[in-house]
Amino acid sequence: MTLMQKFLGATAAFALSAGAALADPAIIFDLGGKFDKSFNQAAFEGAKRWAKETGGTYKDVEMQSEAQREQALRRFAEAGYNPIVMTGFAFASSLEKVAPDYPDTKFVIIDMVVDQPNVRSVVFSEHEGSYLVGLMGEMASKTKTVGFIGGMDIPLIRKFACGYVQGAKSANPDAKVIQNMTGTTPAAWNDPVKGSELTKAQIAQGVDVVFAAAGGTGVGVLQTAADEGILAIGVDSNQNYLHPGHMLTSMVKRVDVAVYNAFKAGPDVETGFHVLGLANGGIDYAMDEYNKDLVTPEMLAAVEDAKAKIISGEIKVHDYMSDNSCPVE
Amino acid sequence: MDKMPKWADVFLVPFINLLLAFFVSGLVVLAVGENPFQAIWIMIKGSLGSTAGLGYTLYYATNYIFTGLAVAVAFHARLFNIGGEGQAAMGGVGVAVVLLAFNWQHWWLALPFAIIGAGSFGAFWAAIPAYLQAKRGSHIVITTIMFNFIAAAVLGYLLNGALKNPNNQNAETVPFGPGAHLPTAHEILAPLGIQFSKSAPLNISFLLALLCAFLVFVLLWRTRLGFAIRAFGQSETAARYAGINAVKITMITMLISGALAGMLSINVVMGEQGRLIKEFVEGAGFVGIAVALMGRSHPFGIVLAAILFGMLTQGGFELLWEMPDLSKEMVLVIQALIILFTGALDNMVRMPLEKLFLRLRKEQS
Repeated sequence: MTLMQKFLGATAAFALSAGAALADPAIIFDLGGKFDKSFNQAAFEGAKRWAKETGGTYKDVEMQSEAQREQALRRFAEAGYNPIVMTGFAFASSLEKVAPDYPDTKFVIIDMVVDQPNVRSVVFSEHEGSYLVGLMGEMASKTKTVGFIGGMDIPLIRKFACGYVQGAKSANPDAKVIQNMTGTTPAAWNDPVKGSELTKAQIAQGVDVVFAAAGGTGVGVLQTAADEGILAIGVDSNQNYLHPGHMLTSMVKRVDVAVYNAFKAGPDVETGFHVLGLANGGIDYAMDEYNKDLVTPEMLAAVEDAKAKIISGEIKVHDYMSDNSCPVE
Repeated sequence: MDKMPKWADVFLVPFINLLLAFFVSGLVVLAVGENPFQAIWIMIKGSLGSTAGLGYTLYYATNYIFTGLAVAVAFHARLFNIGGEGQAAMGGVGVAVVLLAFNWQHWWLALPFAIIGAGSFGAFWAAIPAYLQAKRGSHIVITTIMFNFIAAAVLGYLLNGALKNPNNQNAETVPFGPGAHLPTAHEILAPLGIQFSKSAPLNISFLLALLCAFLVFVLLWRTRLGFAIRAFGQSETAARYAGINAVKITMITMLISGALAGMLSINVVMGEQGRLIKEFVEGAGFVGIAVALMGRSHPFGIVLAAILFGMLTQGGFELLWEMPDLSKEMVLVIQALIILFTGALDNMVRMPLEKLFLRLRKEQS
């Protein structure tokens, strides 16, 4: 028994000493993986930018399974990494269990609110950005019918949809919006084939501008839109470059900024509730050389006007998640 | 008369298979530009070198023991149950229903009922393919695979509807509450003066798995029912001639198999997560096939094989951690190679070895 104790004690001491000196930041990517061309990749870009600008080092890991969420969090915390950033709401339950065990470590969760004293919860005003691209989409549509394809059917994605519909209706009160969700499980984030099928079904119903808020599934939506010669709107990262001439714009959610800010603040990162929206550049629509020919001057004027009004508070975009309902369909 | 001595059959063949697997995986690691010996060392150290690593290894092994036993019991009746994945998922529903129905005061009280919930739901999910096999001759491989998909859909439906936690975006139930918390290795060993890692999810289900392995042994080799199952598996016609009811044996075997697979959820849903989530089985039902193959469908072999596969799962995560150049897909390739060599390519080593032993024996006589 005593020998065993010594042995176990020694390994524990070793594990502690190995990590004590570090205070590097760390990031955990969700099951989609860091090269999903969307959400996780945006987070990865933010981490890379921080490393390039400061010359610092960070540690990252990709999940393989659900059981590893808690394992990865504890592993980072025990090794002394600080702050620890995680991408996606799916970490919420694990973080709620882990955070109280490591009161000196700061955790940053994106897209979800976890109410713990050492956690920063970063959420985005996606409804505002969706409103802007909905407005642009309806103005660009010849059939006056626009489509929305969501990933997993959760309140967060309905928030996108609700903002999008409000934007489309603001451009044209008679606008028709066709909505589809890919699925009800996390697999819906990574099903480009189904995304493609849904796009074809929407085109058959007259849709000629489609907005994909579906992570990896969106790759299939955008591809089909380009193949069938209609316009598409990207999400999270600026996806305009994927299909030049067929991408009206992208609703950019600056996950990279959230990660970059957290890394930059280091162990002193301010905890609590943080909202990134149009006003502070956390949410925007993307304009670049790939879509400048598709966006007419009237469109640009209208969207800039709406953006200014949302920031000033003149236009209030309804947030689906505030009451789990949407006033328009 | 056996072609090989028992020790060669049980230990030598798996050992050579394992060496071959390590060799080929080493080439893969080398191709990525990392040191293969270091990779193996990281995997071994990461899975056994600390109490945290050991805790995760045995936690995964617990899952594989349950699913391995499930596959093995069906194997003995020559039924190929590939539905462990779905039966375990339904077992999770059973556990969640039982644990959410009452406000449990103590785990000691909750555990037997949770076991009944897990076992009966898992058995129910195996019963339908079993009935179709026994009465209608629908092939059990096909039906159990299809039932995996149905189970995934049912689980998704329940977690987005009746069982969903309204305060969370994720498709999951509300937490089960402290009364349903199974003691972890840390909590069990702390009073004995052993400091076991607090973060490892290893819990009392591991002992339950070992108990199940023992019970399966008793069932198969020490009871009339076990004899009937094995006789049925050896030759269905002979078993019928001996008065064994084929429909009954098929049903009973699959019910036991499904119940064992369902027990996995005691470890994951009740022991680790403390709530029902969507993809908690994570391929353990399929790994169980490899575990049963490698363990020669014997409970003792299954426990050893399950621990090896637990080491692979945990060691693979450590590899991801220590060698950033290896992507998670590469780690999956290495794990798959080991499963391929120890499970599927078993005969590649076995046949030449059998010939070798036969020749040795001839020379002796």
